Amino acid sequence: MYKRHTEMKPFIPQRAVCVLFKSHQWAVILLAAMAILCTIAQQSFSQSRASNLPVLKIGSKAFTESVVLGELLSHLGRDAGARVEHLSELGGTQILWNALQSGEIDAYVDYTGTIREEILADAARRGIPVESESEMREELANRSILMSERIGFNNTYALGMREDVAARLGIRKISDLRKHPELEYGLSDEFMERRDGWNQLASRYGIKTRRIRTMDHNLGYRGLVHDAIQITDIYTTDAEIQHYKLRVLEDDLQFFPTYYAVLLMRADLQSRAPKVADALLKVQGLIDPVKMSGMTAMVRLDGKNETYVAGDFLNTKLLMQLELPSNTLGAEWRRIADRLLKTTLEHLFLVAVSLSLAILVAIPFGILSARNERVANVLLGVVSVIQTLPSMALLVFMIPLFGLGPVPAIAALFFYSLLPIVRNTYAGIRQIPVATRESAEVLGLDAKSRLRLVELPLALPSILSGIKTAAVINVGTATIGALIGAGGYGSPILTGIRLSSIPLILQGAIPAAAMAVLAQWAFGMLEKKLVSPGLQPQS
Amino acid sequence: MFALENISKSFGDLQVLKLTNVEFPVGKSTVLIGPSGCGKSTMLRVLVGLVQPDTGTVRFEGEAMTEKTLLAMRRRMGYVIQDGGLFPHLTAFENISLMARHLGWDMSARQARVTELADLTRLPATALKRYPAQMSGGQRQRVGIMRALMLDPPVLLFDEPMGALDPLVRFDLQEDLLKIIRTLNKTSIMVTHDMGEAGFFGDQVMMLAEGEIVQQGTLDMLIHQPANDYVTRFINAQRIPHV
Repeated sequence: MYKRHTEMKPFIPQRAVCVLFKSHQWAVILLAAMAILCTIAQQSFSQSRASNLPVLKIGSKAFTESVVLGELLSHLGRDAGARVEHLSELGGTQILWNALQSGEIDAYVDYTGTIREEILADAARRGIPVESESEMREELANRSILMSERIGFNNTYALGMREDVAARLGIRKISDLRKHPELEYGLSDEFMERRDGWNQLASRYGIKTRRIRTMDHNLGYRGLVHDAIQITDIYTTDAEIQHYKLRVLEDDLQFFPTYYAVLLMRADLQSRAPKVADALLKVQGLIDPVKMSGMTAMVRLDGKNETYVAGDFLNTKLLMQLELPSNTLGAEWRRIADRLLKTTLEHLFLVAVSLSLAILVAIPFGILSARNERVANVLLGVVSVIQTLPSMALLVFMIPLFGLGPVPAIAALFFYSLLPIVRNTYAGIRQIPVATRESAEVLGLDAKSRLRLVELPLALPSILSGIKTAAVINVGTATIGALIGAGGYGSPILTGIRLSSIPLILQGAIPAAAMAVLAQWAFGMLEKKLVSPGLQPQS
Repeated sequence: MFALENISKSFGDLQVLKLTNVEFPVGKSTVLIGPSGCGKSTMLRVLVGLVQPDTGTVRFEGEAMTEKTLLAMRRRMGYVIQDGGLFPHLTAFENISLMARHLGWDMSARQARVTELADLTRLPATALKRYPAQMSGGQRQRVGIMRALMLDPPVLLFDEPMGALDPLVRFDLQEDLLKIIRTLNKTSIMVTHDMGEAGFFGDQVMMLAEGEIVQQGTLDMLIHQPANDYVTRFINAQRIPHV
């Protein structure tokens, strides 16, 4: 950047000094910004808290079947007079289970196999029987969680073949495979690894073959279509079963554990909103396997949205009169625009609040570190360790403390933003030449004034570049907030991954990248404005 | 004015200062001279409180220098180092007036004082708006001197102030600096290793070796009545022009 000496305006650095001079101004500006963002966010996270309707919070996991069921429960609850929030596509069983126990959500659908193997694993270890469904129901009731009767389908592993190939070879049951060693298998990594996976299945059924390739679950279907493989592992409710006309081989030795879908609901919902609780229980026995995979297929293969598919099913099956979102092109564009606005506000909120808090904490930490090498070792050590924690792990740690939604995401992002700012503040102050520091001392300035008038302004370029780094990392990392219901650009990305929809992924990825570039640019401008021209590159 | 009483200072095993009683006469200029590592810079740094002596007392205007009295004392000293020691983020004007502003002087008072000092040090008015990186070495040094003079302190301390300047610039600045010191009647203490400079500035010269004062007096005395061989050798090694 070229600047002529005569163009230098002396008041600019004075203003920079001024900003640091009244260091509380920083805090005031940041707090004001946070207050504004909080207001915006409250509007986008929960509409009108004032209403008297009972609140129902539904959860769902990050796969299509779960999201459809979540939408279905939402319809039922809304129809029974509840104000419903659907925290969709949460990041896994543990997150949902913890959320259910802490009351962050009131109900969601899980599977008996998962309840037995994961949720009640600790009870099983303590010798409490949780094998049968009634045993599970009893143990869950002890934890104030109500488990419904079966919804009506079993979503477990199975082996699948193309209908025409199976018919030609006369294969109906898994044990028929013994007679066909020539067949090629394409199995998913997970199925190869699991305790109830391939190795145990093969030994149980006495299948001996070396013709096995491991591949991605979705590629397995493609392999079948092109006859590159004849057998793959599938889930019994996969949408693709109908689409590709597959035969699900009968598990005649009952090897696979059962994964019957059931509703898990907080017991207190029944006393708080009995009508709503009763409405949710209508899912018992409501959906057979064909209907379930049909609904999933409508979403995954026909591109209908989950709200529509679940509502359409209820209107047909229970003769309800739900208003369905329209599927016209115009409505779709409006949805895209609405989503962009909503996710942008949510994302901005996550980034702005977490970054502001990090700045308020990290700069003093950096100053303390620069003052004392022992403190520096401890502080820099701690924030570095935080940085190495996997983001998913950090998120899970935050849930018991802050529940679900934006708060735990902000907490996690706050921790991730600390390191670059602490380190750059520390380095910025330490790099000031001894002669400069001593000059300030010998003038007769006390330590506080030296910090304000000399050390911080000189460290400012370094501090700002630390904040810039934190901001860019933060914009990217905030996408994982979607895993715990914080919204933001992660939501369309997550949905896009689930639906293998590149356009949907791009609806999150492109604005996230744009926001990162924008943040970079904005901090560049801020740097030019705040940093003394005397410290900026000369011609 | 300034006095050192029984000062000793060691860095690890190395004793760098061992002074019994040293006094700096008011209104006169004293030059500390000696080879590298003789302790002359450390002595100056003890005087401004940048180095804490292991034993002994620094006395300034009759009062002992302590943590409590240090800040106020420093505001009555001007300290100039090589290349001025300016703050790169401030313009010349802001560098010079930083302390005055901190002490609450209003803008017009600051402006008047800086203009006065610019005349005194012959700094062109246009240079006042520049940042240190945009000034010549001579200008930076003049600004450093102005900053030291801003609060009109009775004492000025110089740590090799001309070290970074080329000979012609240095020659002019030496003339100006001497004039300033004489005009303002300041007590001054200067560290240098240049015999010519010592003779030019010093009403008296202190020659140091290994942390001790070997001889103290006018340069003439050091030349004609050297205390020992070391003084003679040091003076001859410098090839000073005949005084």
